[in-house]
Amino acid sequence: MKPAVFEYQEPRSLGEAVAVLATPGRECVVLAGGQSLVPLLNLRRVRPRIVVDVNQVPELTGVHITDDVVRIGAMTRLRDIERHAGLRSALPVLPETAALVAYPQIRTRTTIGGSLCHADPAAELPTLAVALGARLLLRSARGDRIEDAESFFAPPGTSRRPDELLTEIELPRRQGFRFRFEEATRSGGFPLVGVCLGVRVDERGLVAEALVAAGGVAEHPVRLPAGERLLHGRDLAGNVDDVVSAVSAVLTPPTNTHATAGYRHALLRTLLRRAAAALATGGGN
Amino acid sequence: MAHKEITVTVNGVTSTRTVEPRTLLSDFLRHDLRLTGTHVGCEHGVCGSCTVLLDGAAVRACLVLAAQVDGHTVETVESLADEGRLCGAQRAVMEEHGLQCGFCTPGILMSMAAAERDEQTADEVVSTVLQGHVCRCTGYLGLRAAIERHFREREAAR
Repeated sequence: MKPAVFEYQEPRSLGEAVAVLATPGRECVVLAGGQSLVPLLNLRRVRPRIVVDVNQVPELTGVHITDDVVRIGAMTRLRDIERHAGLRSALPVLPETAALVAYPQIRTRTTIGGSLCHADPAAELPTLAVALGARLLLRSARGDRIEDAESFFAPPGTSRRPDELLTEIELPRRQGFRFRFEEATRSGGFPLVGVCLGVRVDERGLVAEALVAAGGVAEHPVRLPAGERLLHGRDLAGNVDDVVSAVSAVLTPPTNTHATAGYRHALLRTLLRRAAAALATGGGN
Repeated sequence: MAHKEITVTVNGVTSTRTVEPRTLLSDFLRHDLRLTGTHVGCEHGVCGSCTVLLDGAAVRACLVLAAQVDGHTVETVESLADEGRLCGAQRAVMEEHGLQCGFCTPGILMSMAAAERDEQTADEVVSTVLQGHVCRCTGYLGLRAAIERHFREREAAR
């Protein structure tokens, strides 16, 4: 199908973009990479009056790396994130996870900010943002606001207000951690379930700190503190069945066309075991 | 509804046309420029038939608005053969039985062209190029053989 008629706005600066979104009474959607929005427009599941294309706002693209964080412009494309030499050494789990998203022809256009704002409950980057504890910078004519990834994902979508634009994503580098992202893929779409496990191990090889998040097991990506606590002081090479059970027990995954709740539970358990095994044998980054 | 005038270079030819904002790049190529080699299957980014190169990288033409390619460069399957002489990727697909009905072929050839630009290794290409394409005829084996052969030959020639 083809999109219904819409008005097309192309702001050329951040100020212009925010001003367009601030106009009262306008039903705007923001067009980032378009790899989720344009299908919805084509299928006419979304029929906005105005499409605000932010592809020509130069301030929204770029990568900035400091000792503690990486800051990524919301319109930075996954193809560029995957290939970014600085990111590959500063926060390798980001380019690795970006490379899991859909397929190369989609990642040419997909942007990190668009993926977070589309907020599919199983998508890779929202889960990674929650695992790392990302902070999202939202700008509107009313001013700037910073939101933690965990509270940003608020079903049925995000806490982004209609007049706000996600401009930048700040990801803590979590130095000393190694991360592993495992997923159960579904051809032509978002994964069924994705798990991000990060650990910092002490000199004895035991887990000093863990970060666990999962997608596709709730209405939004979730941090799993129960698992993080149980992993503390553990040898990842040992049996992690109790961790896997504890994490699974706090979740009631959705049942839909793609998978039942029970199957999602099973996938979560398997993926978490796989991630732990990979990290135990020196895998992950 | 306000139309937009766009100037775009497609297969080396620069054209200026007026488009509705909702016009997809795939429809612009087929209807406005009459380049019907780009095929339209699912129109939501899954089948890969409409894959073209935008500024040298593979994209779904059904997920890009024509209005967005103003000032940019597009390449379609029509750019591959040189005065009727097939390019290496086309020859490999033909000789390895990588097509039957031919509907998905233009998109796959453009993904192969993108992989050539990226200087990917044969192993990388074999595992990634077909991820984004649906073929209902070949069972993918012929395509896989064609891709492997073409990129191995390129590696050997380097």
